[in-house]
Amino acid sequence: MTAMPKAVGRLIDGLSRLPGIGPKTASRLTYYLLRAGQGEAEALAEAMLSLHQETVLCSVCCNISEADPCAVCGDQQRSQETICVVEEPLDVVAIENTGSYKGVYHVLHGHISPMERIGPDELRIQQLVKRLERGSVTEVIVATNPTLEGDATAIYLARLVQPLGIRVTRLALGLPRGGDLEYADRMTLAEAIAGRRQI
Amino acid sequence: MPRPRVYRTEAVVLRQQDYGEADRILTLLTPGGKRTVLARGIRRPTSRRAGHLGLFHRAEVMLAQGRQLDIVTQAESLDAHEGLWHDLLRFTYASYAAELVDLFLPEEEENPAVYDLLTLALEAFASEDDLRLWARYFELSLLQLAGFHPEFFQCVNCGATIEPGPNRFDVTQGGLLCPRCGPEVAGARTVSLGTQKVLRYLASHDREAIAQLGIRDATHREMEELLHAFLQYTLERELKSTAFLRRLRSELSMYEKGRGA
Ligand SMILES: [Zn+2]
Ligand SMILES: [Zn+2]
Repeated sequence: MTAMPKAVGRLIDGLSRLPGIGPKTASRLTYYLLRAGQGEAEALAEAMLSLHQETVLCSVCCNISEADPCAVCGDQQRSQETICVVEEPLDVVAIENTGSYKGVYHVLHGHISPMERIGPDELRIQQLVKRLERGSVTEVIVATNPTLEGDATAIYLARLVQPLGIRVTRLALGLPRGGDLEYADRMTLAEAIAGRRQI
Repeated sequence: MPRPRVYRTEAVVLRQQDYGEADRILTLLTPGGKRTVLARGIRRPTSRRAGHLGLFHRAEVMLAQGRQLDIVTQAESLDAHEGLWHDLLRFTYASYAAELVDLFLPEEEENPAVYDLLTLALEAFASEDDLRLWARYFELSLLQLAGFHPEFFQCVNCGATIEPGPNRFDVTQGGLLCPRCGPEVAGARTVSLGTQKVLRYLASHDREAIAQLGIRDATHREMEELLHAFLQYTLERELKSTAFLRRLRSELSMYEKGRGA
Protein backbone atom coordinates (compact mmCIF):
# COMPACT_ATOMS: atom_id res chain seq x y z
CA MET A 1 0.00 0.00 0.00
CA THR A 2 3.06 2.30 0.29
CA ALA A 3 3.00 3.18 -3.41
CA MET A 4 -0.61 4.28 -3.17
CA PRO A 5 -1.52 7.92 -2.55
CA LYS A 6 -3.73 8.43 0.52
CA ALA A 7 -6.63 9.85 -1.52
CA VAL A 8 -6.70 6.72 -3.67
CA GLY A 9 -6.73 4.42 -0.66
CA ARG A 10 -9.51 6.43 0.94
CA LEU A 11 -11.82 6.10 -2.05
CA ILE A 12 -11.09 2.38 -2.42
CA ASP A 13 -11.94 1.94 1.26
CA GLY A 14 -15.16 3.89 0.88
CA LEU A 15 -16.31 2.10 -2.25
CA SER A 16 -15.54 -1.36 -0.93
CA ARG A 17 -17.96 -0.72 1.94
CA LEU A 18 -20.82 -0.56 -0.60
CA PRO A 19 -22.96 -3.69 -0.95
CA GLY A 20 -21.85 -5.95 -3.78
CA ILE A 21 -18.47 -4.25 -4.22
CA GLY A 22 -15.29 -6.02 -3.16
CA PRO A 23 -11.80 -4.47 -2.85
CA LYS A 24 -10.92 -5.45 -6.43
CA THR A 25 -13.94 -3.77 -7.99
CA ALA A 26 -13.40 -0.76 -5.71
CA SER A 27 -9.82 -0.41 -7.01
CA ARG A 28 -10.97 -0.70 -10.61
CA LEU A 29 -13.64 2.00 -10.10
CA THR A 30 -11.18 4.29 -8.35
CA TYR A 31 -8.56 4.08 -11.10
CA TYR A 32 -11.30 4.57 -13.69
CA LEU A 33 -12.29 7.83 -11.99
CA LEU A 34 -8.65 8.93 -11.92
CA ARG A 35 -8.35 8.38 -15.66
CA ALA A 36 -11.76 9.85 -16.48
CA GLY A 37 -10.70 13.25 -15.16
CA GLN A 38 -11.87 15.83 -12.65
CA GLY A 39 -15.20 16.60 -14.34
CA GLU A 40 -16.58 13.10 -14.08
CA ALA A 41 -15.44 12.73 -10.46
CA GLU A 42 -17.03 16.07 -9.52
CA ALA A 43 -20.33 15.17 -11.18
CA LEU A 44 -20.40 11.90 -9.25
CA ALA A 45 -19.48 13.55 -5.96
CA GLU A 46 -22.22 16.11 -6.45
CA ALA A 47 -24.79 13.41 -7.25
CA MET A 48 -23.82 11.66 -4.02
CA LEU A 49 -24.14 14.82 -1.97
CA SER A 50 -27.54 15.76 -3.34
CA LEU A 51 -28.77 12.24 -2.61
CA HIS A 52 -29.45 13.16 0.98
CA GLN A 53 -29.93 16.89 0.52
CA GLU A 54 -32.62 16.56 -2.12
CA THR A 55 -34.61 13.56 -0.92
CA VAL A 56 -37.06 13.13 1.93
CA LEU A 57 -39.08 10.30 3.34
CA CYS A 58 -42.74 10.76 2.36
CA SER A 59 -44.60 11.16 5.66
CA VAL A 60 -47.57 9.25 4.25
CA CYS A 61 -46.16 6.18 2.48
CA CYS A 62 -42.53 6.24 3.78
CA ASN A 63 -41.17 6.04 0.24
CA ILE A 64 -38.09 8.05 -0.64
CA SER A 65 -39.09 11.04 -2.71
CA GLU A 66 -38.33 14.63 -3.72
CA ALA A 67 -41.28 16.14 -1.95
CA ASP A 68 -43.47 15.39 1.03
CA PRO A 69 -46.03 14.04 0.27
CA CYS A 70 -44.51 12.16 -2.65
CA ALA A 71 -45.82 12.36 -6.22
CA VAL A 72 -47.91 9.20 -5.80
CA CYS A 73 -49.50 10.17 -2.49
CA GLY A 74 -50.19 13.68 -3.80
CA ASP A 75 -51.83 12.45 -7.01
CA GLN A 76 -55.60 13.07 -6.76
CA GLN A 77 -56.24 10.64 -9.64
CA ARG A 78 -54.98 7.66 -7.66
CA SER A 79 -57.25 5.62 -5.45
CA GLN A 80 -56.56 6.13 -1.73
CA GLU A 81 -58.67 3.06 -0.98
CA THR A 82 -56.00 0.54 -1.90
CA ILE A 83 -52.56 0.41 -0.32
CA CYS A 84 -49.88 -1.81 -1.78
CA VAL A 85 -47.27 -2.72 0.87
CA VAL A 86 -43.73 -3.39 -0.36
CA GLU A 87 -40.38 -4.09 1.28
CA GLU A 88 -38.19 -1.55 -0.53
CA PRO A 89 -38.50 1.70 -2.56
CA LEU A 90 -37.26 -0.15 -5.65
CA ASP A 91 -40.30 -2.42 -5.43
CA VAL A 92 -42.50 0.66 -5.93
CA VAL A 93 -40.55 1.46 -9.09
CA ALA A 94 -41.05 -2.10 -10.36
CA ILE A 95 -44.81 -2.02 -9.77
CA GLU A 96 -45.14 1.50 -11.20
CA ASN A 97 -43.40 0.27 -14.36
CA THR A 98 -46.22 -2.21 -14.94
CA GLY A 99 -48.64 0.72 -15.28
CA SER A 100 -51.42 -1.54 -13.98
CA TYR A 101 -51.75 -0.33 -10.40
CA LYS A 102 -53.72 2.82 -9.62
CA GLY A 103 -53.69 2.81 -5.83
CA VAL A 104 -51.08 4.09 -3.37
CA TYR A 105 -48.13 2.43 -1.62
CA HIS A 106 -46.54 1.83 1.74
CA VAL A 107 -42.82 1.08 2.02
CA LEU A 108 -41.72 -1.02 5.00
CA HIS A 109 -37.96 -0.67 4.43
CA GLY A 110 -37.20 -4.31 5.04
CA HIS A 111 -38.79 -7.53 6.22
CA ILE A 112 -39.10 -9.39 9.51
CA SER A 113 -35.85 -11.19 10.32
CA PRO A 114 -35.32 -12.63 13.82
CA MET A 115 -31.64 -13.32 13.08
CA GLU A 116 -31.01 -9.67 12.26
CA ARG A 117 -33.27 -8.56 15.11
CA ILE A 118 -35.59 -6.84 12.65
CA GLY A 119 -39.08 -7.02 14.04
CA PRO A 120 -42.28 -5.05 13.49
CA ASP A 121 -40.86 -2.05 15.40
CA GLU A 122 -37.91 -1.75 13.03
CA LEU A 123 -40.23 -1.61 10.01
CA ARG A 124 -42.64 1.18 9.09
CA ILE A 125 -45.62 -0.76 10.36
CA GLN A 126 -46.94 1.71 12.93
CA GLN A 127 -47.19 4.34 10.17
CA LEU A 128 -49.24 1.89 8.11
CA VAL A 129 -51.61 1.20 10.99
CA LYS A 130 -52.11 4.95 11.52
CA ARG A 131 -53.01 5.32 7.84
CA LEU A 132 -55.51 2.48 8.08
CA GLU A 133 -57.12 3.87 11.22
CA ARG A 134 -58.14 6.97 9.31
CA GLY A 135 -60.73 4.71 7.70
CA SER A 136 -60.76 5.27 3.93
CA VAL A 137 -58.77 2.16 2.99
CA THR A 138 -60.70 -0.93 1.87
CA GLU A 139 -57.88 -3.20 0.68
CA VAL A 140 -54.25 -3.80 1.62
CA ILE A 141 -52.24 -5.64 -1.04
CA VAL A 142 -49.22 -7.28 0.54
CA ALA A 143 -46.46 -7.30 -2.08
CA THR A 144 -43.55 -8.44 0.07
CA ASN A 145 -41.11 -10.83 -1.60
CA PRO A 146 -42.19 -14.49 -1.98
CA THR A 147 -39.44 -15.57 0.44
CA LEU A 148 -39.67 -17.02 3.94
CA GLU A 149 -39.06 -13.58 5.48
CA GLY A 150 -41.41 -11.87 3.03
CA ASP A 151 -44.12 -14.38 3.87
CA ALA A 152 -43.54 -13.99 7.61
CA THR A 153 -43.95 -10.24 7.19
CA ALA A 154 -47.12 -10.80 5.17
CA ILE A 155 -48.64 -13.02 7.86
CA TYR A 156 -47.80 -10.49 10.52
CA LEU A 157 -49.47 -7.72 8.52
CA ALA A 158 -52.55 -9.82 7.78
CA ARG A 159 -53.08 -10.50 11.49
CA LEU A 160 -52.70 -6.83 12.24
CA VAL A 161 -54.92 -5.50 9.47
CA GLN A 162 -57.76 -8.04 9.22
CA PRO A 163 -59.25 -7.14 12.63
CA LEU A 164 -59.71 -3.59 11.31
CA GLY A 165 -62.23 -4.99 8.82
CA ILE A 166 -59.97 -4.32 5.84
CA ARG A 167 -59.47 -6.84 3.05
CA VAL A 168 -55.88 -8.18 2.94
CA THR A 169 -54.59 -9.76 -0.27
CA ARG A 170 -51.23 -11.17 -1.29
CA LEU A 171 -49.74 -10.96 -4.80
CA ALA A 172 -50.38 -14.17 -6.74
CA LEU A 173 -47.71 -16.84 -6.39
CA GLY A 174 -46.87 -19.35 -9.07
CA LEU A 175 -44.87 -19.94 -12.23
CA PRO A 176 -42.72 -17.14 -13.59
CA ARG A 177 -43.17 -16.10 -17.23
CA GLY A 178 -40.47 -17.50 -19.45
CA GLY A 179 -39.66 -20.18 -16.91
CA ASP A 180 -39.62 -23.90 -17.53
CA LEU A 181 -42.18 -26.06 -15.71
CA GLU A 182 -39.78 -28.93 -15.13
CA TYR A 183 -37.42 -26.72 -13.15
CA ALA A 184 -40.09 -25.37 -10.85
CA ASP A 185 -39.70 -26.41 -7.23
CA ARG A 186 -42.44 -28.29 -5.40
CA MET A 187 -43.79 -25.33 -3.42
CA THR A 188 -44.01 -23.06 -6.47
CA LEU A 189 -45.79 -25.72 -8.50
CA ALA A 190 -48.21 -26.46 -5.66
CA GLU A 191 -48.99 -22.75 -5.37
CA ALA A 192 -49.47 -22.48 -9.14
CA ILE A 193 -51.95 -25.36 -9.05
CA ALA A 194 -53.81 -23.85 -6.09
CA GLY A 195 -53.91 -20.46 -7.80
CA ARG A 196 -54.96 -21.73 -11.25
CA ARG A 197 -57.73 -19.87 -13.06
CA GLN A 198 -60.14 -20.44 -15.89
CA ILE A 199 -59.09 -19.41 -19.41
CA MET B 1 -9.18 -28.29 3.58
CA PRO B 2 -8.63 -28.87 -0.16
CA ARG B 3 -11.72 -29.86 -2.11
CA PRO B 4 -12.37 -30.74 -5.74
CA ARG B 5 -13.05 -28.00 -8.28
CA VAL B 6 -16.64 -29.09 -8.64
CA TYR B 7 -18.35 -30.95 -5.85
CA ARG B 8 -21.80 -32.09 -4.82
CA THR B 9 -23.12 -31.87 -1.28
CA GLU B 10 -26.25 -31.67 0.78
CA ALA B 11 -26.72 -28.31 2.48
CA VAL B 12 -29.01 -26.16 4.58
CA VAL B 13 -29.26 -22.42 3.90
CA LEU B 14 -28.32 -20.78 7.22
CA ARG B 15 -28.44 -17.17 6.14
CA GLN B 16 -28.50 -15.10 2.99
CA GLN B 17 -27.61 -11.64 1.85
CA ASP B 18 -28.47 -9.85 -1.39
CA TYR B 19 -25.45 -9.12 -3.53
CA GLY B 20 -25.01 -7.19 -6.75
CA GLU B 21 -27.84 -6.96 -9.28
CA ALA B 22 -29.62 -10.24 -8.75
CA ASP B 23 -27.21 -12.46 -6.80
CA ARG B 24 -27.21 -13.65 -3.25
CA ILE B 25 -24.41 -14.67 -0.93
CA LEU B 26 -25.52 -17.72 1.02
CA THR B 27 -24.09 -19.22 4.17
CA LEU B 28 -24.63 -22.95 3.77
CA LEU B 29 -24.22 -25.59 6.42
CA THR B 30 -23.01 -28.84 4.87
CA PRO B 31 -21.89 -32.04 6.60
CA GLY B 32 -18.39 -30.88 5.64
CA GLY B 33 -18.79 -27.55 7.43
CA LYS B 34 -20.02 -24.00 6.85
CA ARG B 35 -19.50 -22.56 3.38
CA THR B 36 -20.09 -19.05 2.12
CA VAL B 37 -21.14 -19.34 -1.52
CA LEU B 38 -22.41 -17.15 -4.33
CA ALA B 39 -25.74 -17.92 -6.01
CA ARG B 40 -25.82 -15.96 -9.23
CA GLY B 41 -29.09 -14.55 -10.54
CA ILE B 42 -31.05 -16.26 -7.78
CA ARG B 43 -33.23 -13.22 -7.10
CA ARG B 44 -34.68 -13.31 -10.61
CA PRO B 45 -38.13 -14.92 -10.64
CA THR B 46 -37.05 -17.09 -13.59
CA SER B 47 -33.96 -18.41 -11.79
CA ARG B 48 -33.93 -22.21 -11.83
CA ARG B 49 -32.39 -22.22 -8.39
CA ALA B 50 -34.55 -19.62 -6.61
CA GLY B 51 -37.24 -22.00 -5.37
CA HIS B 52 -34.67 -24.59 -4.36
CA LEU B 53 -32.35 -22.53 -2.20
CA GLY B 54 -34.51 -20.36 0.02
CA LEU B 55 -33.70 -19.67 3.65
CA PHE B 56 -33.66 -22.89 5.76
CA HIS B 57 -34.14 -25.11 2.71
CA ARG B 58 -32.35 -28.43 2.76
CA ALA B 59 -31.05 -29.02 -0.74
CA GLU B 60 -28.67 -31.01 -2.87
CA VAL B 61 -26.25 -28.53 -4.43
CA MET B 62 -23.40 -28.56 -6.93
CA LEU B 63 -20.65 -26.09 -6.09
CA ALA B 64 -17.78 -24.94 -8.25
CA GLN B 65 -14.69 -23.38 -6.77
CA GLY B 66 -14.55 -19.67 -7.53
CA ARG B 67 -11.76 -17.20 -7.03
CA GLN B 68 -13.14 -15.87 -3.76
CA LEU B 69 -16.38 -17.72 -3.13
CA ASP B 70 -17.59 -21.08 -4.35
CA ILE B 71 -20.43 -20.76 -6.84
CA VAL B 72 -23.73 -22.66 -6.85
CA THR B 73 -24.16 -24.29 -10.25
CA GLN B 74 -27.16 -26.50 -9.46
CA ALA B 75 -29.64 -26.90 -6.65
CA GLU B 76 -32.45 -29.31 -5.96
CA SER B 77 -34.64 -28.75 -2.91
CA LEU B 78 -34.98 -31.79 -0.64
CA ASP B 79 -37.07 -30.12 2.04
CA ALA B 80 -38.40 -26.55 2.04
CA HIS B 81 -39.69 -27.06 5.62
CA GLU B 82 -43.07 -25.78 4.55
CA GLY B 83 -44.32 -25.75 8.14
CA LEU B 84 -42.02 -22.78 8.80
CA TRP B 85 -43.86 -20.75 6.20
CA HIS B 86 -47.08 -19.16 7.34
CA ASP B 87 -46.13 -19.51 11.02
CA LEU B 88 -44.13 -16.75 12.70
CA LEU B 89 -43.36 -18.72 15.83
CA ARG B 90 -42.00 -21.74 13.94
CA PHE B 91 -40.02 -19.37 11.71
CA THR B 92 -38.53 -17.66 14.76
CA TYR B 93 -37.46 -20.96 16.35
CA ALA B 94 -35.83 -22.01 13.07
CA SER B 95 -34.00 -18.67 12.97
CA TYR B 96 -32.83 -19.31 16.52
CA ALA B 97 -31.43 -22.72 15.58
CA ALA B 98 -29.61 -21.29 12.56
CA GLU B 99 -28.19 -18.41 14.58
CA LEU B 100 -26.88 -20.75 17.29
CA VAL B 101 -25.24 -23.09 14.78
CA ASP B 102 -23.69 -20.15 12.98
CA LEU B 103 -22.22 -18.86 16.25
CA PHE B 104 -20.96 -22.19 17.58
CA LEU B 105 -19.45 -23.61 14.43
CA PRO B 106 -16.31 -21.95 13.05
CA GLU B 107 -16.10 -21.46 9.28
CA GLU B 108 -15.01 -24.63 7.39
CA GLU B 109 -14.97 -26.89 10.45
CA GLU B 110 -16.20 -30.32 9.38
CA ASN B 111 -18.99 -31.51 11.67
CA PRO B 112 -21.58 -33.91 10.23
CA ALA B 113 -23.21 -34.34 13.65
CA VAL B 114 -24.05 -30.63 13.83
CA TYR B 115 -25.49 -30.87 10.33
CA ASP B 116 -27.69 -33.80 11.36
CA LEU B 117 -28.78 -31.94 14.48
CA LEU B 118 -29.77 -28.83 12.54
CA THR B 119 -31.78 -30.78 9.96
CA LEU B 120 -33.52 -32.60 12.81
CA ALA B 121 -34.25 -29.30 14.55
CA LEU B 122 -35.63 -27.66 11.40
CA GLU B 123 -37.89 -30.64 10.80
CA ALA B 124 -39.06 -30.52 14.42
CA PHE B 125 -39.70 -26.77 14.34
CA ALA B 126 -41.63 -27.19 11.08
CA SER B 127 -43.85 -29.97 12.35
CA GLU B 128 -43.81 -30.76 16.10
CA ASP B 129 -46.28 -29.29 18.59
CA ASP B 130 -44.10 -28.53 21.60
CA LEU B 131 -41.56 -26.13 20.10
CA ARG B 132 -39.99 -25.28 23.46
CA LEU B 133 -39.18 -28.93 24.09
CA TRP B 134 -37.32 -29.20 20.78
CA ALA B 135 -35.56 -25.92 21.37
CA ARG B 136 -34.19 -27.25 24.68
CA TYR B 137 -33.22 -30.58 23.08
CA PHE B 138 -31.47 -28.68 20.31
CA GLU B 139 -29.59 -26.41 22.73
CA LEU B 140 -28.40 -29.28 24.91
CA SER B 141 -27.35 -31.39 21.92
CA LEU B 142 -25.50 -28.51 20.28
CA LEU B 143 -23.72 -27.64 23.54
CA GLN B 144 -22.72 -31.28 23.84
CA LEU B 145 -21.34 -31.39 20.26
CA ALA B 146 -19.46 -28.14 20.83
CA GLY B 147 -17.94 -29.45 24.05
CA PHE B 148 -19.80 -27.08 26.38
CA HIS B 149 -22.51 -29.40 27.69
CA PRO B 150 -23.80 -28.53 31.14
CA GLU B 151 -23.24 -31.15 33.85
CA PHE B 152 -26.41 -32.52 35.47
CA PHE B 153 -25.10 -35.74 37.03
CA GLN B 154 -22.14 -34.70 39.18
CA CYS B 155 -21.58 -31.62 41.33
CA VAL B 156 -19.35 -29.28 39.30
CA ASN B 157 -17.70 -28.13 42.52
CA CYS B 158 -16.90 -31.31 44.50
CA GLY B 159 -17.74 -34.11 42.07
CA ALA B 160 -20.37 -35.70 44.32
CA THR B 161 -23.13 -37.61 42.52
CA ILE B 162 -26.18 -35.38 42.15
CA GLU B 163 -29.20 -36.79 44.01
CA PRO B 164 -32.74 -35.48 43.61
CA GLY B 165 -32.89 -32.55 46.03
CA PRO B 166 -32.28 -28.85 46.50
CA ASN B 167 -29.41 -28.62 43.98
CA ARG B 168 -28.48 -25.30 42.39
CA PHE B 169 -27.18 -24.44 38.94
CA ASP B 170 -24.05 -22.37 38.36
CA VAL B 171 -23.74 -20.84 34.88
CA THR B 172 -20.06 -20.00 35.31
CA GLN B 173 -19.05 -23.59 36.08
CA GLY B 174 -21.74 -24.94 33.75
CA GLY B 175 -23.60 -27.42 35.89
CA LEU B 176 -25.45 -28.44 39.02
CA LEU B 177 -24.07 -27.98 42.53
CA CYS B 178 -24.85 -30.42 45.36
CA PRO B 179 -26.79 -29.12 48.41
CA ARG B 180 -23.50 -28.70 50.31
CA CYS B 181 -21.69 -26.65 47.63
CA GLY B 182 -24.71 -24.72 46.28
CA PRO B 183 -25.08 -22.14 49.06
CA GLU B 184 -21.32 -21.43 48.97
CA VAL B 185 -21.32 -20.31 45.31
CA ALA B 186 -22.45 -16.75 44.70
CA GLY B 187 -24.97 -16.37 41.89
CA ALA B 188 -25.93 -20.05 41.77
CA ARG B 189 -29.63 -20.34 41.07
CA THR B 190 -32.07 -22.74 42.63
CA VAL B 191 -33.67 -25.21 40.23
CA SER B 192 -36.95 -26.99 40.88
CA LEU B 193 -36.94 -30.79 41.11
CA GLY B 194 -39.14 -31.12 38.03
CA THR B 195 -36.78 -29.05 35.90
CA GLN B 196 -33.72 -30.97 37.11
CA LYS B 197 -35.45 -34.20 36.17
CA VAL B 198 -36.39 -33.06 32.66
CA LEU B 199 -32.93 -31.62 31.97
CA ARG B 200 -31.29 -34.91 32.98
CA TYR B 201 -33.76 -36.76 30.80
CA LEU B 202 -33.12 -34.52 27.77
CA ALA B 203 -29.37 -34.91 28.18
CA SER B 204 -29.52 -38.70 28.25
CA HIS B 205 -32.32 -39.83 25.91
CA ASP B 206 -32.84 -39.97 22.19
CA ARG B 207 -35.32 -38.22 19.95
CA GLU B 208 -38.03 -40.88 20.09
CA ALA B 209 -38.09 -40.96 23.87
CA ILE B 210 -38.08 -37.17 24.10
CA ALA B 211 -40.98 -36.86 21.68
CA GLN B 212 -43.13 -38.65 24.27
CA LEU B 213 -42.50 -36.07 27.00
CA GLY B 214 -45.25 -33.82 28.20
CA ILE B 215 -43.87 -30.82 30.07
CA ARG B 216 -45.64 -28.36 32.31
CA ASP B 217 -45.57 -24.70 31.42
CA ALA B 218 -43.73 -23.69 34.62
CA THR B 219 -41.01 -26.26 33.96
CA HIS B 220 -40.67 -24.98 30.42
CA ARG B 221 -40.21 -21.44 31.64
CA GLU B 222 -37.58 -22.39 34.18
CA MET B 223 -35.64 -24.58 31.73
CA GLU B 224 -35.62 -21.91 29.09
CA GLU B 225 -34.45 -19.23 31.50
CA LEU B 226 -31.69 -21.46 32.82
CA LEU B 227 -30.40 -22.60 29.43
CA HIS B 228 -30.56 -19.14 27.91
CA ALA B 229 -28.57 -17.75 30.84
CA PHE B 230 -26.00 -20.50 30.34
CA LEU B 231 -25.85 -19.94 26.55
CA GLN B 232 -25.49 -16.21 26.99
CA TYR B 233 -22.65 -16.77 29.45
CA THR B 234 -20.94 -19.31 27.16
CA LEU B 235 -21.29 -17.20 24.01
CA GLU B 236 -20.64 -13.93 25.87
CA ARG B 237 -23.54 -12.28 24.09
CA GLU B 238 -27.29 -12.17 23.86
CA LEU B 239 -28.74 -14.00 20.91
CA LYS B 240 -30.71 -11.87 18.49
CA SER B 241 -33.39 -14.47 17.89
CA THR B 242 -34.14 -14.99 21.59
CA ALA B 243 -34.61 -11.26 22.08
CA PHE B 244 -36.94 -11.34 19.09
CA LEU B 245 -38.77 -14.39 20.40
CA ARG B 246 -39.48 -12.70 23.72
CA ARG B 247 -40.86 -9.65 21.95
CA LEU B 248 -42.95 -11.69 19.57
CA ARG B 249 -44.44 -13.73 22.38
CA SER B 250 -46.33 -10.94 24.06
CA GLU B 251 -48.13 -10.35 20.77
CA LEU B 252 -48.47 -14.00 19.83
CA SER B 253 -49.69 -15.14 23.23
CA MET B 254 -53.08 -13.78 22.26
CA TYR B 255 -53.58 -16.63 19.83
CA GLU B 256 -50.76 -19.13 20.27
CA LYS B 257 -51.50 -20.34 23.80
CA GLY B 258 -49.43 -23.25 25.03
CA ARG B 259 -47.46 -23.93 21.88
CA GLY B 260 -44.14 -22.46 22.87
CA ALA B 261 -45.38 -18.93 23.25
ZN1 LIG C 1 -45.93 8.95 -0.42
ZN1 LIG D 1 -20.65 -30.38 45.71
